Amino acid sequence: MEQLLSQVFVGLSIGSILLLVALGLTFTFGQMGVINMAHGEFIMAGAYTTYVVQQALGDGAVSTAFLLSLPVALVVAGTMGLALEVLLIRRLYDRPLDTLLVTWGVALVLQQAARDIFGAQNVEVKSPSWLNGGTELLGVGVAYNRLFIMGLAVVTTAGAWYVVSRMKQGRRMRAVMQNRQLAAASGIGTTSVDRRTFFLGSGLAGVAGVAITQLGSVGPTLGQSYIVDAFLVVIAGGLGKLRGAVIAAVVLGLCNSLIEYWTEASLAKVIVFVLIVAFLQVRPQGIVAQQTRGLA
Amino acid sequence: MTTDPTTAAGASEGAPAPTPAERLRRPLVGERSDAAARVSFVLVAFLLIVVAPASLSAFRLDLLAKYLVFAIVAVGIALAWGRGGMLVLGQGLFFGLGGYAMAMHLQLADTPDGQQPMFMSLTGATDLPGLWEPFRSPVFALGMVVLLPMAVAALLGLLIFRSRVRGPYFAILTQALAAAFVILLVGQQNYTGGTNGLTVMTFFGLDLADEGDKRTLYFVIVGILAAVFLLARQLVRSRYGRLLVAVRDGEDRVRFLGYSPTTVKVVAFSVAAGFAGIAGALFVPVVGIISPTSLGVVPSIEMLIWVAVGGRLSLVGAIAGAVLVNWAKTEFSEAVPTGWLYLQGALFILVVAFAPRGLAGAFDWLREQRERLRERRPSAKRTTAEEGA
Repeated sequence: MEQLLSQVFVGLSIGSILLLVALGLTFTFGQMGVINMAHGEFIMAGAYTTYVVQQALGDGAVSTAFLLSLPVALVVAGTMGLALEVLLIRRLYDRPLDTLLVTWGVALVLQQAARDIFGAQNVEVKSPSWLNGGTELLGVGVAYNRLFIMGLAVVTTAGAWYVVSRMKQGRRMRAVMQNRQLAAASGIGTTSVDRRTFFLGSGLAGVAGVAITQLGSVGPTLGQSYIVDAFLVVIAGGLGKLRGAVIAAVVLGLCNSLIEYWTEASLAKVIVFVLIVAFLQVRPQGIVAQQTRGLA
Repeated sequence: MTTDPTTAAGASEGAPAPTPAERLRRPLVGERSDAAARVSFVLVAFLLIVVAPASLSAFRLDLLAKYLVFAIVAVGIALAWGRGGMLVLGQGLFFGLGGYAMAMHLQLADTPDGQQPMFMSLTGATDLPGLWEPFRSPVFALGMVVLLPMAVAALLGLLIFRSRVRGPYFAILTQALAAAFVILLVGQQNYTGGTNGLTVMTFFGLDLADEGDKRTLYFVIVGILAAVFLLARQLVRSRYGRLLVAVRDGEDRVRFLGYSPTTVKVVAFSVAAGFAGIAGALFVPVVGIISPTSLGVVPSIEMLIWVAVGGRLSLVGAIAGAVLVNWAKTEFSEAVPTGWLYLQGALFILVVAFAPRGLAGAFDWLREQRERLRERRPSAKRTTAEEGA
C-alpha cells in the first residue's frame, strides 16, 4: 500500500512537470496551431537564466536568486519566442508541417549556442535551503523540491487559466483561435494577439525551465528530453484546452509511474505510447474536444 | 477553416488556362520527359558504378556507400512526405527495425558453434534469448528486414489515419514512437545489447575488414538503391501516385469521390517504412555497428533535412539531398567540428522556410524560365503546345 502510494506521488510529480512543460504548448500549439520544436530550448533558456541570475547574485542570495529567476526566465524565454514569431513563424502560418522543421532548425542553433556560451559540460544550479530535504505525508517520503514543482504547476496553471478566461487579452486569444476572420472583422488585432500568445506560451516554457533546475544539472540538450512528452500531453489533452492538458498530464504521469511499478521504465514508455494511440481511436480530438462542424 | 483551393488554382493572366484534361496529361512538378530522365539515370549509374570506385579511396568509397544507404531512406521519405504530405518524423524506428533484424542475424552468423554471440558477453546473460533463435535463418532475417517495418507502419498508420489524426499530430506521434523505441532498445539490453548496440564482422560471407569485399558491398548498395528508386518512381507515376498527391492536396475530396484515403496513406507510409528498413539493414555492414544513437528522435528528423534540401517533391532530389547533406556534414565536421550544428540549423530554417522545393525546385524554376522564354517566341509556340500533349 505504501509502495503504491509512493508510486502515486511519483506519478503526480511527473505529471506536474509534464504539465509545466506542456502548459506553454497549449498556447502556441493548441491555440495557434504552431508546432514549436524550439519550445524545449526555451525551457533550456529558462534553466540557464536561473544559473546566470544565481552567478550574478553570488552564493549569499541563493533563495532570492531562485525566486527572482522565475519572472526573469518568463521574460527571457518570452522574448525569444516573440522574436521567433516575428522573424519566422509569422511567414509560415499556413504551413504547419514546415513550421515544425524550421523551429527544429532554430532549436539546433540554440543548442549549439548554449554549448558555446556555457560549455558542453552541464552546470549545477544550487537549490535554496528550503527546497532541500523532505517530509512524510501519509507514510510516504516526500521531497520538498517535488512538492515545490507541484505547487508551481498549480499556480502557473491557475494563472494561465485566469489570463485565458477572465482577462480581456484571454478573451481575444480565444476569439482569434475560434474564428480568426470573424475576430479580425470585430476589430481584434490578430497579429498582436498572436504575438502576445506566443510571448506567453514561450515564457511559460522559461518558468518550467527554472523549476527543472531543481531536478538535476542543466545542459544544452535539457529541452530535448521533455519536448516529445510535452507534445503528447497536448495531443492527448485536446488542443488549446487547459483542462485537457491538466488531465492528460496527470493521467500520463500516473500511468508512467504505475506501469513502471509493474514492469520497468523502458517498457512503460512504450505501453504509455500504445495507450495514447489507442485512446486517440476513441477520441481523436483528445480528452477535451473543441466543438466543431468542420471536417478536420 | 480550410482555404478554398479553387481560388488558388486560378488561371494565370493572359495565357488561356489549360483545360483540366490538358493539365492532367502534363507532367507533375519534378518529373522530366522520359528521354532526359533515362539519359541522366544512365549517367548517374555510370558515375556510381565506374567512376566513383575507380577514383575514390577505400575510405571515401565507404563513406559514399553510407550516403547511398541514407539515400534509400530519403526516397521513402520523398514518397510519404513529398507526395503523400505525411511528415514522417520517426523513420529512425523503421531504419532501426531493419538494422537490428540484420545485425541479429549477422552476429549469430559471426558466432562459431557452441559460443555465445558477442553482445551477451557484455550483459552477462547465459542463454540466448528466444527472440533471437529465428534470426539464425538468413531467409527469416532478410524477410524481417522489410516486413517488420512495413507491418509496424501499416498497423500504426491504420490506427492513426483511420481516426483521421493527421498533419502535425501524425508527425508528433511518429516522433514519439521513435523516442519510445530507443528507450526500449536501451532498457532491454539483454535482448538488444543496450547502448552498445550490435557489432558485426561479416556480411553473408563478405569480410567487412577487407577492402575488396567492401567494394562488393558498395556495388550491392548501388544496385539496391537503383531498384528502390525505380520502384518508387513507378509508384509515383502510377494511378496510385496521382491518388496519393490528391489525398495530400484534398483528402476530403478524395474521400467524397469514393476512395479510402486511409488505405492510400497507409500504403505510402508502409512502403517508406520498408525502404527505411532496407536502408537500416545495409547500414549495418557498411558501418559495422548499429546502436540506438543512430535511430533516435534527432537522427530521424535529420533524415528530413536531406529530403528538404534535395527537394521533397522529387525522388532524384531526395537522393541528391541525402548524398550532398551527408557529404557536407562529413567535410564540414572535419574542418570546423562545432560548426555543423549551426549550418544544419541554418539549412533547416532557410531551405524549409524560403525554398520549400529544395534543389529540385531550383532546377524546375530554371526550366520554367527557359520554357517561358521559348513560349514568347511566336514560332516556337506550336511545338511547345505539342510537347505538352
